[in-house]
Amino acid sequence: MDQNLQDLGDYLKNAIPDAVETVTYDRDQLIVVCKADEIAALLTYLRDDSNCLFKVLLDICGVDFPEREKRFEVVYHLQSLRLNQRIRVKVECGEGDIIPSVSGVFSSANWYERETWDFYGIMFSDHPDLRRLLTDYGFDGHPLRKDFPLTGYVEVRYDEEQKRVLYEPVKLTQAFRSFDFMSPWEGAEYILPGDEKADEAADGGS
Amino acid sequence: MAVTEIKNLTMNFGPQHPAAHGVLRLVLEMDGEIVERADPHIGLLHRGTEKLIEHKTYLQAVPYFDRLDYVSPMCQEHAFALAVEQLLDIAPPLRGQYIRVLYSEITRILNHLLNISAFALDVGAMTPLLWWFEEREVLMEFYERVSGARLHSAYFRPGGVHRDMPDGLAEDIMEFIERFPAMIDDVENLLTENRIFKQRTVDIGIATAEQAMDWGFSGPMLRGSGVAWDLRKSEPYDVYDKMDFDIPVGKNGDCYDRYLVRLEEMRQSLRIMKQCLEQMPEGPVRSTDPKISPPRRAEMKTSMEALIHHFKLYTEGYHVEPGETYNAVEAPKGEFGVYVVSDGSNKPYRCKIRAPGFAFLQATDFLGKGYMLADVVAIVGSMDIVFGEIDR
Repeated sequence: MDQNLQDLGDYLKNAIPDAVETVTYDRDQLIVVCKADEIAALLTYLRDDSNCLFKVLLDICGVDFPEREKRFEVVYHLQSLRLNQRIRVKVECGEGDIIPSVSGVFSSANWYERETWDFYGIMFSDHPDLRRLLTDYGFDGHPLRKDFPLTGYVEVRYDEEQKRVLYEPVKLTQAFRSFDFMSPWEGAEYILPGDEKADEAADGGS
Repeated sequence: MAVTEIKNLTMNFGPQHPAAHGVLRLVLEMDGEIVERADPHIGLLHRGTEKLIEHKTYLQAVPYFDRLDYVSPMCQEHAFALAVEQLLDIAPPLRGQYIRVLYSEITRILNHLLNISAFALDVGAMTPLLWWFEEREVLMEFYERVSGARLHSAYFRPGGVHRDMPDGLAEDIMEFIERFPAMIDDVENLLTENRIFKQRTVDIGIATAEQAMDWGFSGPMLRGSGVAWDLRKSEPYDVYDKMDFDIPVGKNGDCYDRYLVRLEEMRQSLRIMKQCLEQMPEGPVRSTDPKISPPRRAEMKTSMEALIHHFKLYTEGYHVEPGETYNAVEAPKGEFGVYVVSDGSNKPYRCKIRAPGFAFLQATDFLGKGYMLADVVAIVGSMDIVFGEIDR
């Protein structure tokens, strides 16, 4: 474990306790979970404080965990060129929650937040121009949510008679095959027919 | 004299325009010939790579990375391979690392050959493109000899590279290294002191160091602005820490400086390639852990265990410990990062791809404001835009 990162984590915990919820480390990378309302303040602090100097916002992305109460995580990756360090800031957010935009802090946040809105439907307040970015004009839905099917809902084709592009519901000529390669020995929980006694034997058979 | 009201003109640039480098649709608000506002519309090449990767095993995800920035495929596989290796907590054997560095640098030259020559074409010089595409063919032949494919190689895999270099390839690459500087000189003679080229690029699209950081620039775009920053030096991955090379840095942050930085980077890449070939040890090229890398074909004929491993690896794949990691490489365009979240299964739970070009393109408005329409073409050309990685 890098001592500098450890120090930075401790420093942040003490310097801005209002914003920082937890500080963890995963594979030598520093992860800070931040309160949603304080994200702009935290990133401003990280950018300007002389012990941090995270001048580059590399990335903002969403992650979807449908089983959680607050299903989304917004992940910010920052980099300090001066100190040669990286930090990952996370904000948890439920469906319909609004996160303060950081496009006033980092110019590069503009498109990253648009992309996050486009893919996950996470709203950002005070964003100058929160339009869809990568999906089609007039697209409906947020494609990277886990409940959005891989095949999508509409398909397009060019119609020779009407001389225009048509949007139609997806027709799969072959049913979508979801291969389940999980080994029955590890991971997957298959209940084999007639194998109910196995558990009983394990519990009471000793 | 009557006061006439002059309205700004909104103009569509692309998506079908040779200087749009693919499918860029740029909505320009023009005041005469001056650009007031540039609004890039992207996503015309969006293929849902990140969503698809969530439905594929870790090994099946590798070829998607070739198709992102299709001009520098191997560097992107490299980022993914490093991320998965970090999650699995394995390191590839030394020879595998050397081959990866060697091919990363070939990829860098491959990319810069296209970028510089296409940039020159955008501002009016056609010859470099014709000369350098021939050289690109030679480099793609090196790709083909090692992986079987000219472009979409799927060669860097988690745990090393897929197979060893064939006999005679190292000698041919060495010969290329000896011969190639003359080709760089040829084009440099055409462009660097060329009056027209300088008029089109010097003091166009300036970003200061502060602005470049604010907009999330990386790679030659950041170095062109005078920031000496290169992940190969600051966070050396694989065997870059054993290599001796210099980082070219620009001064003014304009299109011309970015061109100069890229040109010098090609020479430095040749130096790294040469050192790789000289230092490369013998040995395995991919992890010897049978749970990660497949057995040799000959072994499968006699060993039951090898057969089972082969079957398991190419159907179920390997399981990766839960956790998350962000790993980045210095791709030819800039910092290419992969953020992988694993839930312990055989498929990535989330794989976010951080493409350098994405950050460059969103600065089009900031870089192009107040310049002429023709300068926007030069700015877009100097950014090194490839839509595969921006639209994902």
